[in-house]
Amino acid sequence: MTAAADLAPSYELVVIGGGPAGLAAAALAARAGVSTVLFDENPGVGGQIYRAITSTPVRSRAILGEDYWDGAALADEAKASGALIVNGATVWSLDRQRLVGVSLGGKARLIEAGRVIIATGSQERPFPIPGWTLPGVMTAGAAQTALKAQGLVVGGRTVLAGSGPLLWLLAAQTLRAGGRIDAILDTTPRRNWLQAMLHLPDFALSPYFAKGLALLREVRAKVPVHRAATIEAVGTDRVREVVFSGAGGTRRLPVDLLLLHQGVVPNVNLANAAGVAHVWNDRQLCFVPVLDAEFGSSVPGIAVAGDGAGIAGGTAAAERGRIAAIAAVRALKPQAAVPDTQAIRQRLQREEMGRAFLDCLNRPADSFRLPEGDTIACRCEEVTAKQVRETAQMGCEGPNQMKAFLRCGMGPCQGRLCGLTVTELIAAERKTTPDEVGYYRLRPPVKPITLAELASLPISEAERKAVER
Amino acid sequence: MARAADVVVIGGGIHGCSTALHLALRGLKPILIEKDYAGRHASGVNAGGVRQLARDLHEIPLSISSMDLWERIEELVGDDCGFDAHGTVLVAENEAELAGFRERVEDLRLRGFEHEELIDASELRRLVPAVSERCPGGVVSRRDGAADPFRTTQAFRRRAVEKGAEVIEGVTVTGLSRSGANWRVETTDGDFEAPKIVNAAGAWADRIAAMLGEPVPLAVVAPMLMVTSRLAAFIKPVVILRGRKLSFKQLENGTVVIGGGHLSTPYRDSNETVLDWEKLAISARTVWELFPAMHQATIVRAWAGIEAYMPDGIPVVGRSSTSEGVFHQFGFSTHGFQLGPGTGAVMAELVATGSTNTPIDGLGIERFAAK
Repeated sequence: MTAAADLAPSYELVVIGGGPAGLAAAALAARAGVSTVLFDENPGVGGQIYRAITSTPVRSRAILGEDYWDGAALADEAKASGALIVNGATVWSLDRQRLVGVSLGGKARLIEAGRVIIATGSQERPFPIPGWTLPGVMTAGAAQTALKAQGLVVGGRTVLAGSGPLLWLLAAQTLRAGGRIDAILDTTPRRNWLQAMLHLPDFALSPYFAKGLALLREVRAKVPVHRAATIEAVGTDRVREVVFSGAGGTRRLPVDLLLLHQGVVPNVNLANAAGVAHVWNDRQLCFVPVLDAEFGSSVPGIAVAGDGAGIAGGTAAAERGRIAAIAAVRALKPQAAVPDTQAIRQRLQREEMGRAFLDCLNRPADSFRLPEGDTIACRCEEVTAKQVRETAQMGCEGPNQMKAFLRCGMGPCQGRLCGLTVTELIAAERKTTPDEVGYYRLRPPVKPITLAELASLPISEAERKAVER
Repeated sequence: MARAADVVVIGGGIHGCSTALHLALRGLKPILIEKDYAGRHASGVNAGGVRQLARDLHEIPLSISSMDLWERIEELVGDDCGFDAHGTVLVAENEAELAGFRERVEDLRLRGFEHEELIDASELRRLVPAVSERCPGGVVSRRDGAADPFRTTQAFRRRAVEKGAEVIEGVTVTGLSRSGANWRVETTDGDFEAPKIVNAAGAWADRIAAMLGEPVPLAVVAPMLMVTSRLAAFIKPVVILRGRKLSFKQLENGTVVIGGGHLSTPYRDSNETVLDWEKLAISARTVWELFPAMHQATIVRAWAGIEAYMPDGIPVVGRSSTSEGVFHQFGFSTHGFQLGPGTGAVMAELVATGSTNTPIDGLGIERFAAK
């Protein structure tokens, strides 16, 4: 185990995040002779898609699917490359001078980076429905984490609700592992199919086409699927029922666990706090960093690879990581041999082919992104949709002003669970675009650190003298 | 066609907004021009301290007149601004410091100022039970307190508009020139004309002064703050230190704001700041030593607001030394929030009547003129 004291004060390349993009980037750069450290906050590498790939207790390969086990090769490759891979390392700060704040075993360090590749991936899109803060309501991703890392399958009466490929994947994985799913509430608006069909020819050529169809068939054979236009989690102390409306009117299902998921969006917090420019992507309904062809951001020396650069899936993430790493190697060690980017780009293009279809099909309905009334928008500070809407109507033009009025986005989650909701609500009320409204300006630490950790930061001699006068 | 006003106020921080409000209350028509939005920088993101304690002698009259307005802030701006008056306590970390504080308090009394009061160890413990046992006493200013900075600045802005001021945001001043009896203010959104101008442009005020041929040695600074997650209530007053840089305040919601003036690197052209974590670590250690209750606290956010610092650490308030009809109100040197309400009133009085009853001696821009 690497300890904070073992870290060098600087590395040529710092890779943040140990999912497919980070693993592939670190492996490529280290093999080219670049001094590389990869910080990952989990106990083992893999990110979310290959979570616990080196340690999962789930033995049967069929349960998590063959695609999951692809992660093992990436992990091995990174390990063999000579990159220093540090798990349990939380990166809480990155700035435009490429100073990386990281905590490890309760100790904080500042590490200078020649180049940085942010590979912090995606997060689940907020799903603000009435009752979503009740105990017993979780994200599907949280359930998948428990399955991969601990081999735990959900128990009790379980309903999955939402849309997107990962919802169906989790359903299949849960069923294969012997878990119970009583119903799936499919929130995909029917009209999405019209938009999506335009992109069907490309999707039919993508690797996701056959896999997706097989997954749908597998799950539908075992679980009743209802279409839902509205969903509400009902209960006082915890969720007791899920109430939904569909073609057949309003229905209620008793439930012990309600798992929500409506796709993933880039996790922008670290890049945003580092000053990386972002732009609204209307097809994916989220902010994405502004990047060049090598995934370089608006801040010199900082690249964003993987799903953090826009959602494209795990295989594409690895290819993006390689392209970003090649750019880093070329900048740091122009003489070093690197793989041909042409072949990598071709593979990436193939992976990205079906994306337009998936984005259009799985675009969540307005009613699941733009809550109303007393539905909570910001969980940390318990701010309702109505409060956000009214404050916007009063003249509040952006999320940063909204923070000051309502404290939304100022809790420990740093806006991860409300940022997109608040931006979209303001845009809707003020009849403008999310791009115009913008996103929270995020402040480090992007992950909370304790006062003790911060106090443990070594302080340079010059700094000590300057302060003590 | 230039838009006309009685006064153009440049800058929408608490000072510009307060001056605009007080000008409007005097029946004048001010137009306030702000390059971003009101309270975007230091005025909106400072520690919120409303403090008379430990001020430079030159600014004590302004501070006291401001305090009178803070105590009726809701009447003035229609919002209580989150102001609470639990006092500010300057903690002495040792006997030598306490002796220095005693001299200061006695000196203030001779000058007729009674807001600072020396306290012994037992009164210190009564006011701040959580403070480390080894601190021998301190100074309290009991009427002091804290307020919500962005809410306050916005409240001044809103009330100014209600009283007839016009506030134009997202527009930058690009030039100043004479136009007959008026000043012509050129901006990124057309021209404005007014006989009088107030320069309340904070960290950008030197650029306005330079347009008047009045260069001023302003440093652009961005003092850092950090805030913790919620803790059980354990401290009421704002606590500050002298020997080491610290200000410390627990808000109503339980979060603790830690500041004290350690500086980040500001980039005033892009509105960005880059934090200096080594200095924040020094703050963390100071807190660690002073407040054992804080050991388990979690830092959730750190930030810095861009503002102006003058070489002598006190603001520029008064007439331009070169340009008739122009007034300066900037350079509050990391302690301008409390001064906002009162300085706006004094500035409006000065602009409207040509003089003010509140002494502002020693704060003029002429002190920086090339000798």
